[in-house]
This record gives sequence, C-alpha cells and structure tokens, in this order.
Amino acid sequence: MKGSTAIRVENLSKTFDTAAVLHDLSLDVRAGELLALLGPSGSGKTTLLRIIAGLDFPDRGRIVFGAEDATRLPVQQRAVGFVFQHYALFKHMSVADNIAYGLNARKRADRPSKVEIKRRVGDLLDLIKLSGFADRYPSQLSGGQRQRIALARALAVEPRVLLLDEPFGALDAQVRKDLRRWLREIHDRTGQTTIFVTHDQDEALELSDRVAVLSRGRLEQIGTPDEVQEAPVSATVLKFLGDTIEVEAIAQGGQVRVDGRLTPVAAPPGLVGPVKLYARPWQLQFAESHEAHLHGTVRSSYRSQGRQRIEVDRPEGKTVVVEASDTARLPAGRPVGLRILAGHVFAG
Amino acid sequence: MSEIATDLPRQQPASVVTEGGLVRGLLIAVAIVFLALFLVLPLATVFVQAFAKGWDAYLAAFHEADAHAAIRLTLITAAIAVPFNLVFGVVASWAIAKFEFRGKNLLITLIDLPFSVSPVVSGLIYVLVFGSQGLIGPWLIEHDIQIIFAVPGIVLATIFVTFPFVARQLIPLMQEQGTAEEEAALTLGASGWHAFRTVTLPNIRWGLLYSVLLCNARAMGEFGAVSVVSGHIRGLTNTLPLHVEILYNEYNFVASFAVASLLAGLALVTLGLKSLLEWRYAGDIAASGRRH
Repeated sequence: MKGSTAIRVENLSKTFDTAAVLHDLSLDVRAGELLALLGPSGSGKTTLLRIIAGLDFPDRGRIVFGAEDATRLPVQQRAVGFVFQHYALFKHMSVADNIAYGLNARKRADRPSKVEIKRRVGDLLDLIKLSGFADRYPSQLSGGQRQRIALARALAVEPRVLLLDEPFGALDAQVRKDLRRWLREIHDRTGQTTIFVTHDQDEALELSDRVAVLSRGRLEQIGTPDEVQEAPVSATVLKFLGDTIEVEAIAQGGQVRVDGRLTPVAAPPGLVGPVKLYARPWQLQFAESHEAHLHGTVRSSYRSQGRQRIEVDRPEGKTVVVEASDTARLPAGRPVGLRILAGHVFAG
Repeated sequence: MSEIATDLPRQQPASVVTEGGLVRGLLIAVAIVFLALFLVLPLATVFVQAFAKGWDAYLAAFHEADAHAAIRLTLITAAIAVPFNLVFGVVASWAIAKFEFRGKNLLITLIDLPFSVSPVVSGLIYVLVFGSQGLIGPWLIEHDIQIIFAVPGIVLATIFVTFPFVARQLIPLMQEQGTAEEEAALTLGASGWHAFRTVTLPNIRWGLLYSVLLCNARAMGEFGAVSVVSGHIRGLTNTLPLHVEILYNEYNFVASFAVASLLAGLALVTLGLKSLLEWRYAGDIAASGRRH
C-alpha cells in the first residue's frame, strides 16, 4: 500500500462570496507520506485541507479516497483525523474523555467495549508521552500538551488520513521545534498518511516527505524538500522558500550575464533576453571589483543563527543580504564587490 | 531605601484613575442613598405592609380560592412560556451564531423587538389579532376557540414579552465559542445531534441556566401585556401580579402586599441565584456585557 495514491484531488475549484480561493487544483497524496501544504496566507491551503476533511465543499472538482469518490461524503463518514490550530479540545471533558470521544460517538454496534476504549486511550497517552494526564482538563495543560492531546484524539478513530491545520501555529518557537520533531517520530512509527498545512517554510522542509507549494489558489509545485529547493519551477516558489536576491540579467545561448559579466548560472533552453536571476544569501561571495557581478556599499552587518549576514546597498537603491563565510566584520560604508556563485533564472 | 520612601507623599498607592478620598466617599454615599431610597425602602415596605397585621393575616391572603387560582395560572404560564423560549432561544442562537445566511441581522433585530416595545402594545397586538373585533377573531369565535381573556392569550403575551432573554444571552456566547469544537466532534464521527448534546450544550449550560432564570422571573412577574389580554376574571385569568392589583384596588392592603411579597421573594431568589452563577461561572456565562 505504501506509495500508492491514498487521496486524489482533482480539478478543485472553490469560491467564497466573490473571491476565488482555489483554481482548478489537482494533486495526489501517497499512502503513508507526510505531505506539507505550504503557502502564504490566502493561498487556499486551509480551504483545501477543509475540503479534503469534508468541512467545506468544492464548487467543482472531486476528492477521491482510494477508489471511492468522497466529494459529497459527509464529514462523519470520511474517517479523517483533523487537528485544529487552536486545538478545539472539549473544555468540559477530561483528557481521557476527549481522546475517547470519537469511539464513544460510534453507534452501539460499532462501539468498542468500555475496557477496550480505556486500553486504547492508555496506549495513545503513552504514544504522546502524557500517560499521567488522563484525568486532567484541557485548561490545566500547556499549549504543546493540548496539541498532543488533540493529535491523540484524532488518531483514536484510526483515520485513513490525518489532517493538521497549522498545528504548531499557536505555540512558541521552542515548543514548536520540539513538537515538529516529535510529530515526525510519531509519523515514522505509525505510518499514518498525513497532510499538514503551514506557512512556515522551515517547518515544511524539515518535517515533510513532500511539499506542495500553493500560491493564490493554485499548485505551484509539488516535490520532495530537496526538489523544491534545488529545482524550483517558478520565481514564486523560489521566493517563498527563503530569502532571495533578485538581479537583472541577460540570458543568451544558455549562459547568463550580469552587468556584462558571465555567471556560473545556466539558463534553461529557450530562455533568451532580459531575465531575472535569483540567488540565496549564501550563493554570493565578496570579490575583487574586476570579477564582481554586483557592486555596493556595506550598510550594516549582524549575526543570525550563528551566521554573519551583511546588508549591502546597491547603487540603484536595492539592498541585498549576503551571508559571509568569513567572520570578518565589514565596517559600514565600505565599497564591496559581490560575485554570484549559483542561482536560478526565470523570465523577467 | 527608607529615605526615598519617606520622601513619597503619604497617600495610599492609588492607581492614576482613582479620585481623591473626598470625591470617592461622596460618590459612594450618593449611590448608596439612592439605592436605599428607591430600591431597598420600597422593597422593605412590601414586607412591612404584608406583616402589618401579623402572621395569620399574612397567611390568610393565600388561603383563598382566588389566590390559589392566581398562583396556579402564573405557574402554568411560566411552565409553558419558559420552555418555549428556551427551545426557541437555543435554536435561534444556534442558527445565528453558527451559520451565515441572508437576513441574519434582521433576525437579531427582530428578536430584540419585545424589549423595545411597550408591554401594553405587546398585549394590544394580540387583542388586535385574536380579539372578537380582531383579524382572525370571527373565525376563532366560529370555531369556539377563546384566546383573548383566556389562558392562551396570557401565555402568548408572556411568551412575546420574554422572547429575547435566552437568545440575547446565548448569541454572543455561541459566537465567541465559534464552531471549531463542533467541527472537531463531526470529524470524529459524531452526528449533528450527538455533537450538539455532548459539545454545544455543555459549553452553554451556565449561560443557558442564567438566561432561563431571568426569563422565568419576567414570565412570572409580567404585568402590562398580560393585563391587556387577561380581562381580569377572578379565579380564571388572574395571574399573581394582576391579583395584587385587584386586592390593592379593593383596599385589601395586607393581602395585596402579602401576595406581592411572594413576587418580591421570587425576585430576591432570582437575584441570589443570578449572582451565584455570575460569581461561579462568569467566564461561561458572559461573552459580552450583561444587559439585564
């Protein structure tokens, strides 16, 4: 089963009031994978997740679970586990009752026995490492603990797919990092097909097997974290995945020149004339004037996550950020040359 | 340290928005005098008058067929009006808080209508619709159905007047709670009804109890609207407030105030329970300011 298509999203369109949220969007979710839906706010990623869950319905298009058309299937019959950004735990129920909710909600004939439910709840509490918390109430828990309970509650019904809507969005940075790693572990252990929505590139790239980058209701690119980082299909994807420097360039015969000087970046076949070259801060290097592609003066430098970053003002007014390999601090106002080591070009 | 401390003006560590002692005292005194004059004194008078001729005279006011009938009718009216408004209030606030639809604001405004209409008008509209000269009066007479000057009219008028209590309390509460918990319940396989029973209802229970309490107090105490539709038939269409008025107009002060003390007692109990709920479950009751 692993690797086969678990969920197929076909030509999905959705309009709220007059604003289109999804445009003819299609993608496949593979069984057992951890897929990230990444996009800025307003990209339609949460709407897509809610449509898969059955909490919203599309104007056009289909949702297929395995071989079954689920487009009009009510949410209760979809067997999805949904984890909300703000947990949505049942405030008046204990942790154990929260986790058991889905099992208790079943019709008598399908409902496991009380003993069996208790055992399942115990197993799940072990899985999320909150064994002693069965009788607590949500208000007595921290944000991270609440989100783990929410996950256990969703897993309790043995869903065919787990859907997480910005699961770490309401947590502070450190808890967020811990939970990320922990979610990855849980996923590796359970093999549960999982889709999660995030606007955080690091989260998507670090956590997922594949990333689907959404922009304005369209799927820009889907691929492994390496694929989308190393071979972005559009400037939108590239820019969204991290800091970039944008430079005017000329492409000709597969080569790209900046300021008349040849760069090591290759232009895709057919791309000729004025283009935009995009590079990451670490794809630039300080260089002597005669071999530099860009010139400017140092504005300031600072440390970010252990690396030295230098802001350089270019003559035409743009500021670029360079990540320097050497730790030497450059004084503000010093003229510098920058050499492009790598990058991507797209039609301007 | 001590040097600095003695330099400070020897005043209480008051917050910047607090007035000086004199102004504060004056304001509090004014408030207390007003309360005493306009609320406590009249309320005390009710009990003083009721017991003016002793305990036996007080009790005698209730050992009377008309008083029994009035108490019974008041209880019946509340027993119909309160559950009706409870169900309607929950349904309306559910619809308004959890769904988007056209005309929503109009509905909210309409629910508020009974609060802004004079009770006399509330009574009159029923006379104009169901009375013998009214819109469907002749049809009712033909079919031998009596609404005005009978129990159904009293119940209808009471329902109208107490209409907004539950809905107005629950709408902001439900709106604040949003739909995430219900959605979570649905994704876990719960039916709509199961989700309502196990998630929505427990979340609003204290707000609901609070509003039912106020609704009941008003249903039992309503005078104006009921007076118009009742016809004041002793032993048949007199509720407690109307009974009080009749006794008073007959210069039967002890009995009048004795029955009034019953209503005053109801008010005090309601107030006590209301305060208890507010103190104990403030967060669960109020999403917005209390209006009643």
